[in-house]
Parts: sequence; C-alpha cells; structure tokens
Amino acid sequence: MKKTWTKVVVVALSCMMAFVMAACGGGGSSDSGDNTLKLGCTGPLTGPAAIYGNAVKNGGQIAVDEINAANPDGVQVAWQVEDDEADGEKAVNAYNKLMDDGMQVFVGSVTSGACVAVAEKTNADRVFELTPSASQAAVTEGKDNVFQLCFRDPDQGTISADYIMENFPDAKVGVIYNNASDYSAGIFDGFKKEMDAKGREIVAVEAFSDDANTDFQAQLNSMKNAGADFVFLPNYYTPVSNILVQADKMGYAPTFFGCDGVDGILTLEGFDTSLAEGVYLLTPFTASAEDEKTQNFVNAYKEAYGEEPNQFAADAYDCVYAVYNAFNAAGVDTSASAADICEALVAQFAGGFSYEGLTASNAMKWQATGEVDKMPAVYIIEGGKYVEK
Amino acid sequence: MAERILKNIRIGGLKNAVKGNDYRKEATISYAILIGGYILLQVLSAAGIVGHNLQGQFVPICVYVSLAVSLNLVVGISGELSLGHAGFMAVGAFSGILMSRVLLQSMTFEPLILIISMLFGAFMASIAGFIIGIPILGLRGDYLAIVTLAFGEIIRNFMNVLYFGFVDGKLKFAFNHTIEGIEDTDRIITGAIGATGTKTMASFTWGLLLCLFTVFIVLNLKNSKQGRAIMSIRDNRIAGESIGLDVRKYKLMAFVVSAALAGMAGCLFGLNYSTLVPVKFNFNTSVLILVFVVLGGVGNIWGGIIAATLLTILPETFRQFADYRMLTYAIVLILVMICTYNPAIKSRITALWNKVKPKKKDNGPGGKPRKKKAGKEAA
Repeated sequence: MKKTWTKVVVVALSCMMAFVMAACGGGGSSDSGDNTLKLGCTGPLTGPAAIYGNAVKNGGQIAVDEINAANPDGVQVAWQVEDDEADGEKAVNAYNKLMDDGMQVFVGSVTSGACVAVAEKTNADRVFELTPSASQAAVTEGKDNVFQLCFRDPDQGTISADYIMENFPDAKVGVIYNNASDYSAGIFDGFKKEMDAKGREIVAVEAFSDDANTDFQAQLNSMKNAGADFVFLPNYYTPVSNILVQADKMGYAPTFFGCDGVDGILTLEGFDTSLAEGVYLLTPFTASAEDEKTQNFVNAYKEAYGEEPNQFAADAYDCVYAVYNAFNAAGVDTSASAADICEALVAQFAGGFSYEGLTASNAMKWQATGEVDKMPAVYIIEGGKYVEK
Repeated sequence: MAERILKNIRIGGLKNAVKGNDYRKEATISYAILIGGYILLQVLSAAGIVGHNLQGQFVPICVYVSLAVSLNLVVGISGELSLGHAGFMAVGAFSGILMSRVLLQSMTFEPLILIISMLFGAFMASIAGFIIGIPILGLRGDYLAIVTLAFGEIIRNFMNVLYFGFVDGKLKFAFNHTIEGIEDTDRIITGAIGATGTKTMASFTWGLLLCLFTVFIVLNLKNSKQGRAIMSIRDNRIAGESIGLDVRKYKLMAFVVSAALAGMAGCLFGLNYSTLVPVKFNFNTSVLILVFVVLGGVGNIWGGIIAATLLTILPETFRQFADYRMLTYAIVLILVMICTYNPAIKSRITALWNKVKPKKKDNGPGGKPRKKKAGKEAA
C-alpha cells in the first residue's frame, strides 16, 4: 500500500507539472498588432541531421536581420525555428507549437520526411508553406498551398543523367548510393529512370545504409570489377569523402560525379582536399561563387556564425526573401489571418511571381504544383575550389 | 504471524488469490485513468484551453500508452526483457497503411477501413512475433534481450528495402529497387523513404478505444488461467516445468499477444501521419517504450499508462528551454527515476503523505487487511 501511494504522489505531482507547463504553452500569444509577419520553421536542431536544421535557422536569420534593418518602418519579419529532430511526429508537434505561438507563414520543414507530415497539416489548416530544402515529390503532391525552393530529388537525378549522357557519351557509369536515405534514393530513382528511358546502361549499382557508411571497399571493388570509369555519387559529403579516400587507397581513379550534397566537402575537417580534385558536382549554390549577392551573404554568415554557409543556409535565405517579396507584392496586411495570407501568397506563387536569389542561375518561378523552375550549375573541383563548368 | 502462514498454506499459493483481488483494483484504476483522461482532455479542448501542440499529441499518447501496456505483458508479466517492440510496431504500421490504401480503392467508409487495417496490422505483427518467438524463447535473460534487439533491427532494415505500389490498379511489390513503370502518386511504400500519401484516419477517440482494448486484453490475460501459468513460469521456471506447464507455449503466447497489440498500436500511429519512415522504428523507440514500462513500474499497467503519457508530453513542454530541451528532459527523467526508486526519498515522501492523508480506521500499513480479505475469499 505504501509503495502504491508513493508512486501515486510522485506521478500525480509530475502530471500536474507537465500539465501546467503544457497549458502555459497552449495559451499562445496572438499578434500584438505591430507590423510584423511571423514566419515559422521546423528542422532538426539536435541529432545527426542537426547541421541542416541549424544552417536553415542561421541562413533565415541573416535574411530576417537584413530585411528588418533595411525597412525599419515597413513590414518587419519574425523568425521562429522549432526543433523536430528530422522526425515526422516531432515535426507535427513543433508545427502545432508554432501555430500556438501565432505563426502566419510556414517556411519549412528542413527534411523531407518531416515535411510531408507537416505539409498535410498546413494544407488542412490553410497555412502557406514554402520549404527551403524538403526535396521529396510527396511534399507538394496534392497540396495547393505547399511550394518548394529546392530541386526535387528525382529532378536532380534526371538533370545529372542528362548532363552525363551529353558530356560523357562513352563513360561506363556506376552508382553508389545510400538506400536508407530518402535524398539519395530519390536522386538515384530519377537518375535510373532517365538512363533507362534514354537506353544508357548503368554497369554497376551498389547501395549502402546509414549504419554502414564508413567502409566502401566492397562497393568500390564491385565498381572496379564491372569496369566502371565514371561513378555517380548522389550522397552527402561525409560518405563521399570516405569513398574518395578509399578509392585513392585502392588505386581506383574513375571520374566522380556528385549532387548538391557534396557541397561542403572542401571544408570538411580532416579531409585531404587534394583527393577531391576533378570531382564534378551539380549544385544550385556554392559559397565560392563570385557574384556580389552570394559574397555578401557568405560574409554576413561567416561574421555571425564563424563558418561558411552551405546550401541549406542559402535556401533558407532565399525562402525568407521570396516569402517577403511575395507578401509585399500581394499587398496583404500583417494583421490578416494565416488563411488569408495563404490565399494571397498561393495566388502570387502560382501566378508567375519570380525571384532572383542565391540558389539559381536564373530567376526562380513556381509551377502551380509547387515545383520550382530553376537551373543548377555544374562545378568541378580544381585547385581546391569549385570551378563552374 | 503463524496464523497468517497457515492461511497461506491452506489457500495454496496466496499470490494468485491476491492477484485476483489486485485485478479488480488494477482494472478499475486503469480504465478510470483512460476514460477520465479522455473526458478531461475532450472538455478542455472544447473549452479552448488546450493548444494545438497538446491536441496534436493525443493520438501519439494513446499509441504509446498502448505500446507500454503491451510491452508490459512481456516484460512485467512474462518476465522477459524485450528490446524489439518497435519492430512489431513497424510491421503493424506498414502493413496497416498498405491495407488502408488497398481498401481505399474500393471503400469510402473510414471507420471500417481503420478497423480492418488495425486488425490486419495486428495479424501481421503477430505472425512476425510468432516467427521470431519460436527460435528465441528458448533463450533467457540478457541473451533474449539481445536477440530481440537484433530482430527489431532486422525488421526495420527489411522495411528499408521494401517497395509497394499500384501499377495499373494492381498491387505490386519489389525488393531493393523501384517498381517498374510506377507513377509517383501510386506508391505506397518506397523503401527508406517509407510510406507517403497515407490518408490520415486516426483520432483521439480511436486512440482511446485502442488503449481500452489493449488494457482489456492484457488485464484479462493476466487474470486468466494462462496468465497465471505465464506468471508462475516467470517466478520459478523449474517449478512451472515440474508441474507440467509448457514453458515455451506460455512464453510464446505472451510474446505473440504483445506483438499483435504493438502492431495494432503501430497501425494507428501510421494512420495518424501522412508519412512514415522506417527509421522511426529504430532501437531508440524500443528503448523509449521500455522506459515507459520501467518508469511506470514493471508489471504495473496503470503506472505504464501514466508514464507513457507523461514522457510523451514532457519533451514538448520543454520547448521553451530551446537548445537545452533534451538536456532538461534527460535530467527530469533521471530525477523521476531516482525519486520513484530510491528508498530514502521514497520513505520521505511516504512519511509526508501519511501526515497529510486522512487516517482510515482499518487500513494499517503493510497491507494486512488486504491479505485478510483475500484469505476469506479463498476460503
């Protein structure tokens, strides 16, 4: 009996505590009447994918600070990022928290899996959503209010395949991809479809998973045995760096071709960048681009956070500006409800609104389906720098 | 004292008789917590006191409660440590989603689709539990724990290479590559990308029904002839064997029922989100469910219910701590564990409680009256 009562007391006390806190959180602060547009985002700020979430948080903050400093009398922007650990369940919780806090436009989520779960909620709640980096096709499918600023994964694969077929007509192409990553598997999916459609053979396909992304001997040997002299690597830069190191040790030197995930490999700690010489990558953004806009952003980012921004940061920066510009163009008031703002912004984005940003070589436009029309550039790593091809 | 011992001998195993009495108490408390909590939250939601954040967690809370209760069947009642519960949840979730998509081709009545999907999820998970249970239930203790861990991971990795979808209205599946000629919108399960485009059907009411069903099954199994056999094997395997109990059969029974209930809960979880990735069901999730069980008290059904609810809500309530959120959560978890299980702190709290508690006439400490009652009943 004693035991039971103790438990009851402890549990009841903790229950009350949790409930009081939850209730506090649930109260929510509605718009205080000042001229502020409230943007919200969810992304992995903790856990293995935290670099992406934090990059988006920081990149968005740079844009918000610029906007607020540039028009102190105009529309101000507030930027709130909640942690979702790249998990659908947590992302929906985080989104609901943002709704409690009075968010008007959703600029998220960072990762695809989480974003699909949240997109369904924004669609039901009628909140406009522009995701900086969730690149799965399912994010926008059947949702008129959801737009992407990044490429879709399969589209990256298609563009890569086209580029390779055009520029390397005789290469024997092999692929090493991460079949446990939606990003990698998505790109490979588009790549294979395009290659098959054009009748080009892929001589070897090898997969790895997140649990085994350090040893690539088996995959590289398989490439070598199949006679592949061109290896497509639709992966993030950490596994790619391991692949480059191990290929070098084996004396296997095909042409390597990566996607935007490879961006960042030159700043990877402990990696001998000379191994990346001659690696191709197809990406909408690199921090070494020479144009003024990019350089201003890169410098501001370095000053604020002490590191070079990656593509996710640039995507977030573009997202905030795109939403801000469209909001101004639509002529809505910041006191409008999220649903009203949503209708106005959807009309803008689906109706030919265009935006010139960091992450495209042309002005970005959106299709009514939510896809972005933009051109990536192909870079080659030469002399420790990304050189545009 | 002597009288009590004699009584024990006379009723032939006091333990079971006490269990019978405990059953009513445990069942009453469990159902009361579930239904009371449901009514309270519904009222608060209707009154607009509960925000989006908490409302969005109603279904996951129910799912976790149900998982904690079902895992308690293996850990508390059968006395085996299982670290692969998330694996069965995954089987139930993905097979349930698959079934719901197939049914949606020809049906529109959602409650029926949901029920059939959940039953199918439970069925598939029970098959997985059966297949896994046969070879491993000969193992004991730590060995069993490690093997269940491995099987949980195998299930998750199996999901990573599984592809399902419709091609020209026909259900097709493939391993480790995309299905030939499939349209994006007709995909159901796409390997590591998981299930996307699920039509969400879960609601708080379904969550409550799931919890009630799970508690009903587990408590009734616990209080049945089979349940007593399972517990007697837990308490003394050799004694159980010596009186002719089929150890494997009873252990397998607990394991399969637990897997089926986890599959059902997994299915409701799957149908609450439009997307579900296999990585969700990794080792961490299995451990999380085990934490619910341990915190609530191994074998204590209603304790598990409260622990699961609390530990699901806590990380969300700590959002105000921003970067220190998970740190705060971990500290609170440690504190709660210490406070619940440290004898010194426990006795302090009990003493404090005894001061506050209104004294009852016949209810002394040590549970004496309870045993008396049980004895009378048996006699």
